This record gives sequence, C-alpha cells and structure tokens, in this order.
Amino acid sequence: MNYGVNEQGYYGDFGGAYIPEMLYPNVEELRSEYLKIINDDDFKEEFNQLLKDYVGRPSPLYHAKRYSEKYGANIFFKREDLNHTGSHKINNAVGQILLAKRLGKKRIIAETGAGQHGVATATVCALMGIECVVYMGEVDMARQAPNVSRMQMLGATVVPAKSGSKTLKDATNEALRDWIANPVDTHYIIGSVVGPYPYPDMVARFQSVISLETKKQLLEHTGKELPEYVMACVGGGSNAMGMFYHFLEDESVKLVAVEAAGKGVNSGHSAATTFLGREGVLHGSRTILMQTEDGQVVEPYSISAGLDYPGIGPQHAWLYKIRRAEYVSITDNEALQAGLLCSQLEGIIPAIETAHALAYLEKMKFNPTDNVVICISGRGDKDLDTYIKYFEY
Amino acid sequence: MNYEPSTMNHPMNRLNTLFNTKKDNLLSIYYTAGYPQLDATLDIAEALEKAGADFLEIGFPYSDPVADGPTIQHSSEKALENGMTLHLLFEQLANLRKRVSIPVLLMGYVNPIIQYGVENFCKKAAEVGVDGIIVPDLPIYEYESLYAKYFKANGLSNIFLVTPQTTEDRIRKIDRLSNSFIYLLSSSSITGGNLNVSANIEDYYKRIKAMNLNNPAIIGFGISNNESFTKACEYARGAIVGSAFVKLLGTENYLEKIPAFIKSIKK
Ligand SMILES: Cc1ncc(COP(=O)(O)O)c(C=O)c1O
Repeated sequence: MNYGVNEQGYYGDFGGAYIPEMLYPNVEELRSEYLKIINDDDFKEEFNQLLKDYVGRPSPLYHAKRYSEKYGANIFFKREDLNHTGSHKINNAVGQILLAKRLGKKRIIAETGAGQHGVATATVCALMGIECVVYMGEVDMARQAPNVSRMQMLGATVVPAKSGSKTLKDATNEALRDWIANPVDTHYIIGSVVGPYPYPDMVARFQSVISLETKKQLLEHTGKELPEYVMACVGGGSNAMGMFYHFLEDESVKLVAVEAAGKGVNSGHSAATTFLGREGVLHGSRTILMQTEDGQVVEPYSISAGLDYPGIGPQHAWLYKIRRAEYVSITDNEALQAGLLCSQLEGIIPAIETAHALAYLEKMKFNPTDNVVICISGRGDKDLDTYIKYFEY
Repeated sequence: MNYEPSTMNHPMNRLNTLFNTKKDNLLSIYYTAGYPQLDATLDIAEALEKAGADFLEIGFPYSDPVADGPTIQHSSEKALENGMTLHLLFEQLANLRKRVSIPVLLMGYVNPIIQYGVENFCKKAAEVGVDGIIVPDLPIYEYESLYAKYFKANGLSNIFLVTPQTTEDRIRKIDRLSNSFIYLLSSSSITGGNLNVSANIEDYYKRIKAMNLNNPAIIGFGISNNESFTKACEYARGAIVGSAFVKLLGTENYLEKIPAFIKSIKK
C-alpha cells in the first residue's frame, strides 16, 4: 500500500491544491522546487546540523517506568518537549526557513494556535535575521499569553485574527490573505500537515525525523525496531504524521491518533474531526472537516488551542478512511487529568495537546510485552494557567 | 482585444450575446445574497438592471472567504447569520428570469458546492437561468478533471481569474478553457482594495491586450468609482464593482440609492 502523495498532490481522495489564482504562483513555485531543495546535500547538511546543535536532536526516547507499571506495557515517551522552544513545531520551522532562504524570500508569515508554531517560527526568523509576522486568533492570544510575549521578545509582530471564532482557523485565513497580498517576497510557514499541496507532504517530511530517530532508539532499548503501538495527538496532525511516518508501511504497527473531544463528542463543543466531520475542502485541501449541511465550516472547541481546529491534514483523512490508523478522542477533563498524572508519575508536565494522547492510555488494553511509543509533542509551561485554574491550586 | 465570442462547443448564452452586442464599458456588480436582508436578492438584482448594470455576480456566502477583504467578509457573515444557504438561494432565484434579463453569474467558494453536489448545483443553476459560475478556489486541474463535464452539460460558463503574476502559458490555457470572459485582477490582492495603476500594472494590462485572447477581459478587485472604472475600461471590455456596492447595501434605503450609485460609476 502506498500511503504517500501522488504527483497531483493527492492521498487517495484527499489533498490537492484548492487555492485562488492569486496564490497559484507561490504554491506552484514551492511545488516545483521543494523536493529539489530538500533533497539537496547542502540543504540536508544545514538542516541536520541545525537540528542537532540548535534544536538539540535527537530527542530522547525515554522508557517511562512508572507509566509502564501503571498501564501494564512498555511505554516509551518520544521527548519532543525537550526540543528548543518546547515542542515538535521547531523541526518544521527549521526546515521551512532554510527552504525560504533558498527561494530568496525576505519575509515570513505564519499562523499559530497554541503559539508553539508561532514561537518556533519567530525563533528561526531571529536566527536567520528575517522579518516575521504571526497571525493568532484573539481568543488564543488571551489563553496562551506567555507565548505572545515570547514571540514579541523574539522580534516577531503578532497580529490578532478577529474574524470568525478568533482561533486557529481564522488565523490561517488571515495568513492566507496576507500571502495573497504579498505574493513575491513572502513565504508562508504553515505549522501543520494542512494546506494546499505541497505543504502536507513537505511538513510531514520535516517532521518525519521523529519516527526516524524512534526506530533506531527502539532498537537500542528493546532489540526491535518496531513497537506494537504508536500514539500521538492530532490537531492538524503534524506531530502524529512525524511519529507515524516511518512506520506507515510496517503494517504490524498499530497507529493511534487522538483528537480533542472538547466537552464531549456530542456536546456541540468539540474538535473531534473524524467523528463530526465530512469530506470537503478546508484551507486549500480536500480533507475531512467539521461543517454544516450547507458546507459552512463549524467553529470547533477544545481547551487545547493547538487542537482547536475543524479539520485534519489530508493524509490523516486518507489513513482514517482506509483504516490504516485508528482515530479516537479525549475530552478536556480527561486530558487535564492525564496532564496531572504525567506530572506526578514521571515529573513531566506535558502540553495539554500532548495530554490528550496520554489520556488515551486509560482506554487501551495492552499485553505486558507490548512496546508502546507516545509522542510527547510539547511541554506544558504555556498551559500552567489553564492547569492551575482547573485544579485550583 | 478580439471581439469575436469564443463559442467552442457551447451554445451561446446571455453572456456571449452581451459581449457580442455591447462593445465597451460593461459594468458588472457583485453583491452577497442574504445581505443585508435575507430576502432582498431579487429586489437588488432588479434594481441593478433598471439602473443600468450590464451583468451581475450574486455571491453565495461562505464562512471562510480567504480571497475576500473585510467588507465582503462582513456581508458573508451577516448573510449566514440571516440564514442564507445554497438551497434557499436557488429557491429565491426560481423567479429570476421573470424579473431580470441581464446575465447573472453565481460566485462563491468550492466547499458549499461540493456539499450541495457539483452536478446538482450545475443543473439547478442552469434551471433558474444562471449563465456562469465564478469559484475562486477551484483550480484548473480540479475543474478540468472533476467539474468541467457538469458545467458543459448545463451550458454554464466557468470564469477563471488572472493576476499580474499569472504566466503567459497559463493565461493561454485559461483562454482555451473559457467561453465567455476572463476575470482580470487589478493586482494580487483580496477584494476591497484600491485600484493599483503603477507602471507595472499598466504593463500587465498591455501585455494581456497584446496577447489577443479569444475571450474578452473584465477587470475586477479595487474598482470602486468612476475614476477606477474608466481607467479599467481603457484596458478591458468592462469592470466589476464589489465591495463598494456591498458597502452601499449596508446603509439605509439602499434600494433607492442604487440608480445614483450606478450613475456615479458610469457617468
Ligand atoms: C505541543 C503541541 N502538540 C500538538 C499540537 C497540534 O498540532 P499537530 O497536530 O500539527 O501536531 C500543537 C499545536 O500547536 C502543540 O503545540
């Protein structure tokens, strides 16, 4: 089975580039250049060097003993939270800034939900001395205030997105509008495996380092490259795609993708896309999205800003449709409880996004010999306010 | 510009007739259906025809209009709040051809069309007397491979956009795929900006004119008054006014103001 993208930019029924003509030259430039650039030896060397010296890769694969005991399997944490800037988002940001430089771009724009992608982008722009504008929903700016200050300190301009639900989808709309108005000198660093082709494939490639390292590290830990389970949370799906990437063709490995159920899948306040969505077009690709019968995008809800998105990347839509991965969901409460548990059993305060993946361990049935890898996509510093309010410390 | 209509293998529709009979200074008006009132769609269309608009673009609202500026975003949001849907719009348009005789296009984003069903959408549009469709986020590849057969079967023109960055090859391809007119963007921008008449843009218009395309060009985005309309008509067969008209709809007694508005543009 081929799980990758075809020449037209499709994964089975999903993907493509549903973009207005104004964006065509930008996206076409990327499409025709991205593989050439990222397969170039010079690019690879610079990318790998930065991942090593600047990001701090490889990120550890940590055998979580107390978690293993609790859940009755060998549980491994892939520690993306230990990356510079605190999440997996930096892998993609480093890749895209190097690409933008080679395309001769002078200005970077990005959207952000939790602020992690915005921080990662502001960081690499500071590193390269390139102007950076980050669009962020007004609601998200309030609930992830520390990340707004971080971006500003790094020299980025943070522009509030005030339309619609004032969250990630609206920030993405504003970034696309900016790109339309600045077609020549600006590169748009999309933060997840969403958007028009080639973004979903490009971002997945930059994040695939997660599973590449995991295979080697598992071999050292367990004597086997392949685990029984690989798990990750899904907003747009970039940490999950990076975590799944090199396991896709190993059909014995079960892939589990955890969406945000918000206040409950049927509560009317949810972001569980595969449960609530139907096929359609969102942000330039054919995928699964939450929408009304009339095709209007439904405003999602999750306590986690990074998962508060009404769609998933097109490759996820395909993996879901052909059942290569299992898509499940976790509520706000379950996630917050899991965040507390991980803090107190392992001494790791996870991002609330990540806590969704951890919470699903409660619902799994393992054999004692099972090896399970969970992507710890980010750390919880940005979420302390939310945790504290919930547990009323 | 070549004034011969490109009939390709399509029958003539109202758009071709218009471009055949009236040579210059064509004025098209865009407005969002369902704004400011849910049921004003045909009243506005009728008033526009009486006032002298040459053809119309009726927008069906979408929650995430990435190619639109604040004015049309706002009208779309209000229209959705008012309860506008494609189903309702087609109900309203059932009497279109009893009240309006100028060409009418529908303009909107692709997702509502996909949910309605592409084939159904095309059938329904043809049935109520719509002449063409503008879908900014429907790219050429997807149009050709999945949509063109339904457009053709129902005699609907698909209108493609061209920007200053569109390459000559691609413009030629768009010209081959078009059979009424090509929508020339005044700049790479979202709707609601100002007409850009830098030297670069003049070169762009001249470049297009020199290509001798089969389809006439109509300029849109940033046309808001007589000055920008007249300027656009120097380079193309006509121009489209959107945001400036939608702003008028946001004021009181807008129907009564339509004749003066059209007069102020055409002079
Ligand atoms: C820590 C963390 N995990 C996960 C996500 C969700 O994004 P994705 O699904 O693209 O990995 C985010 C997004 O902001 C995040 O910050």
